[in-house]
Parts: sequence; C-alpha cells; structure tokens
Amino acid sequence: MISYDDFYAIAPFSLGKSEKKHMLTQRLLDLTNLHIEACPQYADMMRGIGFSPSDCKSYFDIPFLPVSLFKDLELLSVEKNDVVKTMTSSGTTGQAVSKIYLNKATAANQQKTLAKIVSDFTGASRMPMIIIDSPSVLKDRSMFSARGAGILGFSIFGTDRIYALDENMELDIPAIENFLSKHKGKNILLFGFTSIVWQHFYLELKRKEHKLDLSDGILIHGGGWKKLINQAVSKAEYKNLLRDLCGLSNIHDYYGMVEQTGCIYVECEHGHLHASVFSDIIMRRHIDFSPCDFGQSGIVQVVSVIAESYPGHSLLTEDEGVILGEDTCPCGRLGKFFHISGRLKQAEIRGCSDTYEGIR
Amino acid sequence: MNLEKYNNAFTTSLDITDDLLGEQLVYQSIQAWDSVGHMTLIAAIEDAFDIMMDTEDIIDLSSYEKGKEIMKKYEIEM
Repeated sequence: MISYDDFYAIAPFSLGKSEKKHMLTQRLLDLTNLHIEACPQYADMMRGIGFSPSDCKSYFDIPFLPVSLFKDLELLSVEKNDVVKTMTSSGTTGQAVSKIYLNKATAANQQKTLAKIVSDFTGASRMPMIIIDSPSVLKDRSMFSARGAGILGFSIFGTDRIYALDENMELDIPAIENFLSKHKGKNILLFGFTSIVWQHFYLELKRKEHKLDLSDGILIHGGGWKKLINQAVSKAEYKNLLRDLCGLSNIHDYYGMVEQTGCIYVECEHGHLHASVFSDIIMRRHIDFSPCDFGQSGIVQVVSVIAESYPGHSLLTEDEGVILGEDTCPCGRLGKFFHISGRLKQAEIRGCSDTYEGIR
Repeated sequence: MNLEKYNNAFTTSLDITDDLLGEQLVYQSIQAWDSVGHMTLIAAIEDAFDIMMDTEDIIDLSSYEKGKEIMKKYEIEM
C-alpha cells in the first residue's frame, strides 16, 4: 500500500519517469480497488467492462471515466454524512453541472497539493495578493463553483488580500492603487480566471487608459481559453499585452478541473504545462483510445493520487492536447510537459461516453 | 494575555461564543469554520500576533488545540 503522504513527502517535480510510473501504478491501483469496494456504481462499471485490477501492468491500463459522468450520476465512495464539501463545475455551456463529493481527508489533500505545486513557482513565502474577481463569488459557502474553489485555494498564498472587482464586476482602480502603494517594493501575487482577467481587468484598464505598475507582480491564471477565442486573443498576445500595459512579465497559465481540484498543471517559464508527482496526463487517440505518441494530438486523460472520496482518480476529459516530452523541459522540472489545444466538439464528447463500455 | 488574543481571534472571526472554545473545536466541526472561515481565522490570528504563517502551518491548523501548538513555532507561548 502506498498513501497520499508518500507523494506529499517528495518535491513536486522531482520524480523521473520510471520511478513515477512505479509509484503511480501502485497508488492508482490501490485507489481503483478502494472505489470498487466503496462505490457500487463504479464496481458495476468495472464489472461491466470485465476489468480486473490484477491484469494491470501499469496505470495506463486502469479504465477512465468520462468527466461528464459526474453530471449524470452521484458518484461517491464515502457515506453521505462524511461529505464536507461538494464542488460543482462552472457549467459554462449551460449543461448540467458536475458534482464532486469531498470528505475531510480528500478536501485537505487537495489544498495541500495545490500549495505544494504553486510554491514551486512562486517560492515558499506568501505575498500580498490581488484577486481579479468579485467577492460575491464566494457567497454561497455550501456549494463551491470552480471559480470559488480556485479563489479560495489560492488565497492561502496571500497575506493581505483584496478583490480587484466589486460586487458588479466593475474594476476598482482606487482600491488597487491603494493596495499597491501600501505594499510598495514587495512582490505581489495576482490571481484570476483567464477570461475575467482579460475582460474585466486588461480591457477595462485599457479603456480607462490607466497604467498600473505591476512589474513586481506574478500573475497566475487558469480556467481555459474558450471564452477568449471569440475575441481572437492568442496566448502570446495575452502575455505581451499585459506586459506592455502594466509591466507584468511573470505570468503563468494553469490547466486544471474541478473533478481533480488541487492537481493543477502550471505553465513554466518556457510556456509548457507541467504534471507534478501528484498526477499525470495521458493523451488518447480518438479512434481507439490507445495512448498517443509524444507530439501527437489526442484526448486528455488525467490521473490523480488524491481522489479517495469519489471515483475520480482516472478521468477522460473533454479537452485535446499534445505531450511535448517527459523529464526534458529546459526549466529542469521532471515529469511530462504538454500543451492544451482546445476543447472537443459536443458530438465527440457524447460519442466517447456512449461508447465507453465498448472500449476494452 | 496571549491566550486571550488567541481566543479573541477565534470568537470574532468565526462569530462564536467563548464556551465553544476547547478541544472539541476542530475544522469543519461548526458551520462557520469551513474553508472560507478558515482564511478569515488565519488572518485574525496573524493580525493578533503580527506574524506571517507558512502555508503548511495554515493547512495544519486544523483545531483550536493544534493552533496553540503551531503558535509555539512563532514564539508565542500561552
């Protein structure tokens, strides 16, 4: 048996390929067995496809559930009484939302994982923090949206914190200026969702012709580029324009999802998203779900060592991406590094969940 | 004196009365001490003692008693 703590004890980007494969296989098989025992629907699905954990040579052989399943089914591996937090997806497309049930241990491990990964990019010390969002996002405390979870998870890195937007999503420039002069000379952490940073921060500053000096800032943003495609902003432009407007040169995108909160994939200084020791990425071919070669585009599968209270340790997402390499990024971080190219089209999503039972 | 400050951080940030303070007070044991309340509590403790806690200690501070132990790291005796 291998536990979450065994992964927590390791520096987040320090495991080489073979060692990581060994540890992940052990842990993910343990989790598979745990969920077969504790979640009847999961056990039924595994029986339905004739899966037996003893046949697994590596974690590549562990079945994946389509993320959309968490929209249709209540999947949990703990008693309902033990659920302390329910996370929901943002449901941007107007569809049903995913519900992810967390017990105390899984919720705590998500936060620990996030802290460990992000510290590798920001350094261990906490900083004054500007949250580029509205405080109203956190109003309903029993149900956490992806946005709320992100803000809350990242709040731990902030010492003094302010929200850059008011209740009506309007940019509060005087408050930001005040905050910046109060913390002059210190590094400032900025956090927000990619599209909100663009729409409510960058475009507003530009419209008001207001220049902020954020040259000591570090911006971490995530949540996808989907909403920006209409506005035709590329990743490179996004960075360049923010740098030109407020001197912000330290910018990191991250990839993550509410179904595996905590396990985020942060972009390094070379523009690559990185998998940490807590999780991994496998790209799958559209045609037969076999693993792609590096450099080949496929559907993103994510595995996580955290998911104990719900059977979400191996999931097929609705995103597409390319693995660029493993252990060889010039930034020195070990593990796979990759790009996300976008989202699958609706029809294809339905396709993969419908044919799921026939995969193996 | 320090204990009073420590207690005060709990009662004001979580909006609870003194009688709730003690061993039974742990993270998630009352509605107010959820993940949002936790960050408010941390801010109150940091303000009260003028300290800056490490992220690991923030995560570890999972009960009223555990918090007292963690405070020792910051040279705050109660």
